[in-house]
Amino acid sequence: MSETGAAQLADSPWGGGEKLPFDIGWQKLMMWIFVITDALLFAGLLVGYGFVRAASPAWPDQNIPFDMNFITFMTFTLIASSFAMACAVAAAHQGNKKHASMFLWLTIVGGFIFLGSQVYEWSHFIHEGARLTSNPWGVANFSASFFVITGFHGMHVTTGVIILLCVAIRLKMGKATAMGIENAGLYWHFVDLVWVFVFALFYLV
Amino acid sequence: MSDGHDDHGHGKQSFISKYVFSFDHKMIGKQYLSLVMFMAVIGGALAMLVRLQLGYPGMHSEFWAKLFPTGMASGVMTPEFYVMLFTMHGTIMVFFVLSLGPVSGFGNYLIPLQIGARDMAFPFLNMMSFWTALPGAIIILISFLVEGGAAASGWTAYPPLSAIRSAIPGSALGQTLWLVGMIFFVASFTMGGLNFVVTIINMRAKGLTMMRLPLTTWAQFIVGILGLLSFPALAAGAILLTFDRSMGTSFFLPHGMFIGDTLLPNSGGSPLLWQHLFWFLGHPEVYIIMLPALGFTSDILSTFTRRPIFGYRSMVYAMCAIGFLSFIVWGHHMFISGMSPFLGTMFTMTTLCIAVPSAVKTFNWLATLWKAKIRFTTPMLFALGIVSLFVTGGLTGIFLGTNAVDIQLHDTYFVVAHFHFIMAGAGLFGMFAAIYYWYPKMFGRHMNESLAKIHFWFTFTTYYGVFFPMHYLGIAGMMRRIYDPNTYDYLKPLQPVNTFITICAFILGASQIIILVNYFWSMFMGKKVESENPWEANTLEWSLPIEPGHGNWPGEIPEVHRWPYDYQHPDAEGDFIPQWVPPKKAVTK
Repeated sequence: MSETGAAQLADSPWGGGEKLPFDIGWQKLMMWIFVITDALLFAGLLVGYGFVRAASPAWPDQNIPFDMNFITFMTFTLIASSFAMACAVAAAHQGNKKHASMFLWLTIVGGFIFLGSQVYEWSHFIHEGARLTSNPWGVANFSASFFVITGFHGMHVTTGVIILLCVAIRLKMGKATAMGIENAGLYWHFVDLVWVFVFALFYLV
Repeated sequence: MSDGHDDHGHGKQSFISKYVFSFDHKMIGKQYLSLVMFMAVIGGALAMLVRLQLGYPGMHSEFWAKLFPTGMASGVMTPEFYVMLFTMHGTIMVFFVLSLGPVSGFGNYLIPLQIGARDMAFPFLNMMSFWTALPGAIIILISFLVEGGAAASGWTAYPPLSAIRSAIPGSALGQTLWLVGMIFFVASFTMGGLNFVVTIINMRAKGLTMMRLPLTTWAQFIVGILGLLSFPALAAGAILLTFDRSMGTSFFLPHGMFIGDTLLPNSGGSPLLWQHLFWFLGHPEVYIIMLPALGFTSDILSTFTRRPIFGYRSMVYAMCAIGFLSFIVWGHHMFISGMSPFLGTMFTMTTLCIAVPSAVKTFNWLATLWKAKIRFTTPMLFALGIVSLFVTGGLTGIFLGTNAVDIQLHDTYFVVAHFHFIMAGAGLFGMFAAIYYWYPKMFGRHMNESLAKIHFWFTFTTYYGVFFPMHYLGIAGMMRRIYDPNTYDYLKPLQPVNTFITICAFILGASQIIILVNYFWSMFMGKKVESENPWEANTLEWSLPIEPGHGNWPGEIPEVHRWPYDYQHPDAEGDFIPQWVPPKKAVTK
């Protein structure tokens, strides 16, 4: 084991030195691992929600307080923004600054539409009488889970939009790299993917 | 990758950038160790107070009344104060000593050195990690000074005590600060873990494959992953608990709870949810504390037996297996919390599975030691101490992991004995072993060997003196966290045992002064290190110059040609070949 494999080492991506095992730099690797960690944080919150829901003898019908068409529109906006983000990353890698910038701003607009919709949805929900500790539909933890989970996700979207704004401005100043745009994109896709889970587990199930 | 950082000279850096907001992983590691030592003194002092109460229940002292005007108002410790003491002892020791010391402290110091990197992947994040841990520690300490005192719901912070602000004095502001401190800690540990994992994957020196990593670095790698996967569960729990405490939600609070005569408005939650979220973190956390100590042990045993570690690959696989299994055993903390017997059986089986990789490690160590010519240096003594504690604590783990037996032993002093051997003991001894072993590299001076040996023998014997009798207390039915065992007639005859434990604990506590004095005295007055490799060890950190600058190696980063355990190698001129020495046939003169 001690001295063998000098020749094999030259081929192995795990051989150390300049080689990168997953063929990505530390920035991207770190973002991937962070995304996994953050996803588990959402998993914890969703498990908590599932736990209180399973323990509850009844659960309100989501169609009564929420307009499902509107939620579907929100989901569509967010997924469309993810598509724009992917286009921005591809353009950045091709060195097409103009297209990258355009798609980046489209993504940001998508993010803002989603956040605006969320503000509308929250105020509508609160207007109907939902509070953190109580709501007109019976189970108190229904509205509590809603505010905690969508609020936490909304915070992530807000962070994502801020990051994208920084990247877009840096791109305009000529400082942004394709790698930076890709990392911001990774985070943005993650935020969108989490929403798909929130949508499925909170609104649909 | 390798030349990302310049080798900064000493004179170019200001005091602030060198000692305070340093980007250098070596300095950050030392900063962590200083913080840990400070926290360990506080956490240890709290344990002494706990033992004072148990050894001499109801002891009256005017001196204490002056020192703790609320906790010991009439000169006698109040039950409320006692509960705060063990809560904060546990919190400080588990998170701010045993996690920050071996992982954040030595991990930071050792990982880049052992893998041949100039620094961590993201030095700025590394600095941020320390400067997030420090406020967390300060917030935890300040909680003693606020109205109502510190948190008092145990280090596990079980609701409803932790969720209802008016439950007991410690449930008020103290518990809030506990949560805030915890969130700082989790943030810091996440930043650290990201750096550890990415650095080890991407920045190894040329020729240093994963299967040539020293076992210390392997342990840190696995610990990094464990932390990143388990701490989010605690963070989610902490977020929900904050909502329950501050905004009146009921994630952890069921219907029909009374405080005094008042019915609480909460409904629909369950304290069990917290226990699941907490222990999903809590069990991997045990291995986050232990694995670095096991890694240090392997490296130190190999160095001082002058032998290759027995079964290197099986050591790696065993640590991976322990890491994986740690995620599917959390239910064994909850056997009596209300659990389906079927699920309990499953958790028993997964828990007992951990005995297999643990035994693999133990027997590998024994095989390494077998008939070896051992050099009994202080780090070696502490490493042998870890092997001993690991076996003692591991065996009692089998009792507690079996749900039929655990129903009898749960929440007794048997549990206290168990985890102080396996987790606290291994973690603490690991930290001592690491300090004695890497001190010459960290400070360029030797620690005083006689003082160090005195420290070991006092620590080792009194450690057993304190915690071994606790097994009997537990089997006899003395419950954990009890304020005064003499409340119950059947526990009264055990008082002499408790007094004996307390005397041992005081000696144990006092003997830690020896290492503190030795550590700081040797920093300025210790014998200067003459060789960069005083222990004749093989790992990469010993190729550094005696006083390395920022950037670690002054010239090229050494290339790695072999695994780190080439002792007694036939090609060796002495009895060892360090990792950076090329194979003989390749040498051209």
